Parts: sequence; C-alpha cells; structure tokens
Amino acid sequence: MTYIEIVHDGLWKNNVSLVQLIGLCPLLAVTSTLINGLGLGVATTLILIASNVTISLIRSIVPNEIRLPIFVLIIASFVTITEMIMKAFYYDLYLILGIFIPLIVVNCSVIGRAEVFASKNPVNYAFVDGLMMGFGFTFVLVMLGGLRELLGYGTLFAHAEIMFGETAKQLKIIIFSDYQGFLLAILPPGAFFGLGLLIALKNWLDKKAAVNKSIVPLYSY
Amino acid sequence: MIKEKMLRSAIMLALFAITGAGLVSLTHSHTEQQIKLNEQAALLRTLSALVIPNQYDNKLFTDTLTVTNDTLLGSDEPMTIYRARKQGKPVAAVLTAIAPDGYNGRILLLVGVNYQGSVLGVRIIAHQETPGLGDGIEIRKSDWILGFNHQSLTTLSKDLWKVKRDGGVFDQFSGATITPRAVVKAVYNTLIYYQQHRDQIFAVKPTQKDK
Repeated sequence: MTYIEIVHDGLWKNNVSLVQLIGLCPLLAVTSTLINGLGLGVATTLILIASNVTISLIRSIVPNEIRLPIFVLIIASFVTITEMIMKAFYYDLYLILGIFIPLIVVNCSVIGRAEVFASKNPVNYAFVDGLMMGFGFTFVLVMLGGLRELLGYGTLFAHAEIMFGETAKQLKIIIFSDYQGFLLAILPPGAFFGLGLLIALKNWLDKKAAVNKSIVPLYSY
Repeated sequence: MIKEKMLRSAIMLALFAITGAGLVSLTHSHTEQQIKLNEQAALLRTLSALVIPNQYDNKLFTDTLTVTNDTLLGSDEPMTIYRARKQGKPVAAVLTAIAPDGYNGRILLLVGVNYQGSVLGVRIIAHQETPGLGDGIEIRKSDWILGFNHQSLTTLSKDLWKVKRDGGVFDQFSGATITPRAVVKAVYNTLIYYQQHRDQIFAVKPTQKDK
C-alpha cells in the first residue's frame, strides 16, 4: 500500500459518495447550495480524520469482540464535540447544518472507514485515508451543491458569509441574472438526479480512460 | 478463562465510555457560555430589527411574559412576549405567534407592535415551507414581509387583511398562496390579541425564566 493508492482510492476509485454510495442521507439533504455542501463536507472530513487516527492508535488494545461499540463511542464523542464547537464558534452555519451534524454519527462512511481501514492500518495511513475519503466526500458535496444551486437559483457561492465571515459576501456569483429559478433542482428529487448525473459522469470518464489504456498497448506492439 | 475475557472487555468498554463522556463534558463546559450568548445574540438581532434599540431603555430580553391563547396566537403552548419601555413607560411589544396553517405545518413568527398597535415589523423565525416557493416569507429571500410595516387594525379593515387573491392588500407568491395567507392571518390575529390584552401585557410582572 502506498500513499498514492490511498489518495486515489479516497478521491476517485473508491469515492464514498460516487462508488461506495454510503452516507447519502446528509449528502442529499444539505446540498441545496454549494456553501452548505462545503460546510458539511469539512465537518465530516474533520470527524473522519479524528476517528480514523484515534481508532488506528487504539487498534492493538481493543478486543476484537467489542470493537464496534468502541468505534461508535469514539465517533459519537467526536461528533458531539464538533457540534458544540460549531454551535459556539460558527453559529450561523450551525443554524443551517445543525440538524445534519448528529447525522454524521450514522454516516456509514465514518464507521465504514474505521472498520475497513483504520482498525487494520498504522496511524499515518489512517490519517491520510480519513483526509482523502473526507476530501472525496466534500468534493461530491460541493459539485452537487454547486450544480443544484446553479440550476435552482442561478447563483454560486451564495451565503458564503456564513462560513467565511461578512467579507465573503461578495463571493456570491450571479450566473444568470433575472433567473426564475428551477424548483426541482432545490427539492430532494433534484439531489437524486444530480447525484445520478455525477455518478454517470464518473463512470463515463472511467470507461473512457479504460478504453484509452487498452488502446495504448496495441500501438506499442 | 472466558470470564476473564469478558471482564477485560467490560473494563475496556467502561474506560472508553468514561473517556468519551469526559471529553464531551469538558467541551460542553468550555462552549456552554458562548452557545448561550450566540442564541441570545441571534434573537436580539431579530428583536432589534423590529424595535429600534434607542427607543427603549429596559432589558427587552428579560422583560418578558408568557401567554397562552390558541385561537389568536395559533397554539396552545405558552408564547413569549418581549416588552420595550422607556423610563418605565410602555413603548412597544414583540409577540411570538404561530401560523398553524402553513403549507408544511406551523410557521413561527415574531410580530413587533408599537404601543398604539401599529406593526413595527414581522419576522419569520422558523418554518418548513417549500424552498423557492413559500420561503419568500423569509427576509433573507424577499422583502415581502416588510409589507406589514406601519399597518394596523385601523389602517386596514378586516377584509383588507388578506392576500390579494382573497381581496386583500398583501401580495401572494406565484405558485404559493397558502403560505402568505397563513402569515397574514397570523399577523392579523396577533394584532387583535394585542388590542384586547394591551394593558395586561404591560402590567404583568416579568415571568421568571426557568433555566
């Protein structure tokens, strides 16, 4: 196993949302705008890293039979702590993402990485895996949020101030001015359509890459 | 042998539970104060959008009472009223009310009224209306809610306290009439409540806030 493999796994080949298709509940619920997606992505990434590192550190002392309850305990503690910190220091963001933060506890990607990866690998690999799985998840959240916001409201980066402070207000880009809005994109079905399109795009890119690869040896003969 | 293993597991689990709970309560004690401040600041921000801060000199935040009136305030739960006074004289009140008949359930709103009974402003605190259609009642999304400013039971007769489709003066949204209709009705009812209970509202001693 190399770092490059872990990075490739997390971001692309084994992407939490596009390939493993887990943790969809928060993914579909919060991605009505790009900033919402980014906010949940960052929170999930932090928790993935914290839980992966901790679980990797304690993996040798935890008896096999009780590893799952202990993983759940650790993840639940981290999520609760994250929620409190967010409520204390990013209150506006908390108002939007608040109800989804506790959902991270049941986000299968966190316990999934704990069980599949962190409990079997040294801490440096576990850290990179958490980071990269988180990035992969955030990437999809941002793409989906951006897609839905663009179609639904005709803007990008709206309400950036809730994450980056008042100065970020001018980050908002109005792509189509005088846009009537496209309700379906903002409603939950829009999330399913959007995710479906993103998965199709990924599969198409993979297929294209595979075709290219298989062509290359032909020429080399 | 098995017994020993079980004991070891139990102790392990307990240790992790204690550590986890310890970390959570440590964070809680460090953030509790800030969270409380944030919640108050958020409410105060809304309140001062309704009653301009230099018009009163009491503590709007603690000079409250709770009342219950399910026909006019929309719920059988106790609702908070914030009272603004200057040098002891009543200036304005901000009433919490519920529009029970929104498209997607209840809409929680704050209605600011001056002593004479004119609307100083209305704000939506919580709702589940359809994004993109009914959520125009939010000040972040549109300025529709400002249409209530300066209105009162005397500026508009009962029949005009309605959305345009029902023959009133308030705009509806294209594709969403139910939401604005519910809000208009709730504001109207709140004003009626205020008119009927004004003297009581300002006379009653502040309700002690339970922690």
